[in-house]
Amino acid sequence: MAVKDYIRERFFPHMWCPGCGHGIVLNSLLRAVEQLGMSKNEIVMVSGIGCSSRIGGYVDFHTLHTLHGRALAFATGVKLSRPELNVVVPMGDGDALAIGGNHFIHACRRNIGMTAIVMNNRIYGMTGGQFSPMSGLGISASTAPYSNIDRAFDVSEMARAAGATFVARTTVYHAQQATEFIKKAFLHEGFAVVEILSQCPTHFGRRNRQGGAADMMEWFKENTVPVGSKKKLENPALIERGIFVQKEEPEYCSEYAKIVDKAMRG
Amino acid sequence: MSQNIKFVQGNEACVAGALYAGLQFFAGYPITPSSEVAELLAARLPTQGGKFIQMEDELSSICAIIGASLTGHKVMTATSGPGFSLMQEALGYAIMAEIPCVIVNVQRGGPSTGIPTQVSQGDVMQARWGVHGDHSMVALTASNHQDVFLMTVEAFNIAETYRTPVVLLFDEVIGHMREKLVVPQEGEVQLVGRLHTSVKGGVDYHPYLPREDGRLPMSDFGGVHRYNVTGLYHDMWGFPSSDPKVVHGLIRHLVDKIENRANLLAHYKEYFLEDADRVLVSYGAPARSALHVVKNRRARGERLGLLELQTLWPFPTDIVREKCARAKAVVVVEMNMGQMLQEVKKAVEKPEQVFLANRIDGVFITPTDIQNILRLIQGKGV
Ligand SMILES: Cc1ncc(C[n+]2csc(CCOP(=O)(O)OP(=O)(O)O)c2C)c(N)n1
Ligand code: SF4
Repeated sequence: MAVKDYIRERFFPHMWCPGCGHGIVLNSLLRAVEQLGMSKNEIVMVSGIGCSSRIGGYVDFHTLHTLHGRALAFATGVKLSRPELNVVVPMGDGDALAIGGNHFIHACRRNIGMTAIVMNNRIYGMTGGQFSPMSGLGISASTAPYSNIDRAFDVSEMARAAGATFVARTTVYHAQQATEFIKKAFLHEGFAVVEILSQCPTHFGRRNRQGGAADMMEWFKENTVPVGSKKKLENPALIERGIFVQKEEPEYCSEYAKIVDKAMRG
Repeated sequence: MSQNIKFVQGNEACVAGALYAGLQFFAGYPITPSSEVAELLAARLPTQGGKFIQMEDELSSICAIIGASLTGHKVMTATSGPGFSLMQEALGYAIMAEIPCVIVNVQRGGPSTGIPTQVSQGDVMQARWGVHGDHSMVALTASNHQDVFLMTVEAFNIAETYRTPVVLLFDEVIGHMREKLVVPQEGEVQLVGRLHTSVKGGVDYHPYLPREDGRLPMSDFGGVHRYNVTGLYHDMWGFPSSDPKVVHGLIRHLVDKIENRANLLAHYKEYFLEDADRVLVSYGAPARSALHVVKNRRARGERLGLLELQTLWPFPTDIVREKCARAKAVVVVEMNMGQMLQEVKKAVEKPEQVFLANRIDGVFITPTDIQNILRLIQGKGV
């Protein structure tokens, strides 16, 4: 099947602003699905609320567009009730890590088999450019007009610490790498996190004088390095790309199946 | 037969009812006085191939059951006031997206952490209006364990029939008190299963197009029909729409499917109402004290009757009006500051003849409390 067989064409053109990075994430995701030859009927996409979460409207899978921050909680119900389904959960950084931070931590800890994609544009796009927990110090946002004093954390570090068994990061500049990581995440038995740095030219770019979408993507190229690169030692400000965690641990639904066996035997 | 007679807490009667109704998936977070529901299901669900999960909070618990309902399972969560507050946003989602699910609230005293181990019925209005936006709601209750069982089964039946969340509004006394429960034989109580669409794969399926009888056949997530589910206003395919016609049509459908069936959904019991000149209206555990008073006064020749409501929402306005029509006085017996009192006043012809017998101190309302109010309104003093 071609990539276009996985989309709902009648909903295009999409709602994202020109130059928004989220469309590239959609593209990378569909290529991953296509390359793995997955069946549309076995994929459930669960999303929350935000520009990023609108991705669910455009894909021809089972799509569940839920509440701000709660996508992983809905997804947990879908997955545990039908473990044979492939569950993918795209989220904005605010969605996943501010209002949904608790669910994110516990989904990592539980190691329930699904793929979480954090579309990290370091801002609240949908509501008009307020700062997010990923914005970081010194950033200008509509709710940080004097520069942001609210510290950020590293999503991938957090996912690792919370127990996710697959953690990777890349950017929309590195779209092919994004496809590779999403494929690995889909094939992984356990909770997989793929963080994809994405640009919001409309709010983040404009307020922080980062230029247009092309300039912002150029920034991703200049400011990220492959994991383990020497450059990172020389310049700690560089952001690492790559697979940080990939390990086998008992997956929640498989463990629950054992509980059912045990309980049924009495 | 004998193994079907149990001596259990109300929370266990609820669990028995849910399993009888075909519960397959439960997600919850512990809170007094509802925790026994989760504990019992953690043990029993896997013995029948069902699933239990303890989530990180009540926000995620209700979201998880909605997700599991979409894959075709009968689902439930259980909580008390603070957790019920956290569930409101997703409860609205279940209304909007028309997802069958059952939410048990074993009420304790509020607001806030309130009084965890004591009884109250303070969440009656929250059950009706806790969700933001115009909407309708189904909430059931019961005053004894046999009825807890039956109302729990009924909650699942209503949820499946109308694709709606149903709230079971029990209280601490019912939840924790022990009494006899006779579990009906298989087939004795009618069960409503998930209505699946007959539309074949590859043929356009409309998840949000009601049939002539008002029901919306579902297709399980993971099945042959791929569609969208959202909390936004949506068209018959489930895709977001802000077309005023679509918005109007959907809100009317969501409200009318419940409100137009208020009489059909109304479960109630009546005691000595035929010739009653004074009527007690009560629900949940307080209806036990009310019934005690009624029987006691009848024995002395007084014409007292009881209307026990089991369906709280949609409020059975017609039934309350009819049953109270001949009464010189109506006394609403409840454990809050008069939440149902207002509804009864709205329903009857002479609201000035409706009085309140209540307790709000965490202590269970006694027959004496009710008797005192009956004397007061007759001008007899306590
Ligand atoms: C409970 C709740 N609080 C707030 C909002 C408003 N809201 C919608 S999207 C959003 C933030 C979106 O930012 P992010 O998740 O980073 O995604 P983006 O739009 O940047 O892709 C907020 C605050 C909401 N819908 N629900
Ligand atoms: S506001 Fe930002 S995140 Fe939202 S669509 Fe526009 S560019 Fe993308």
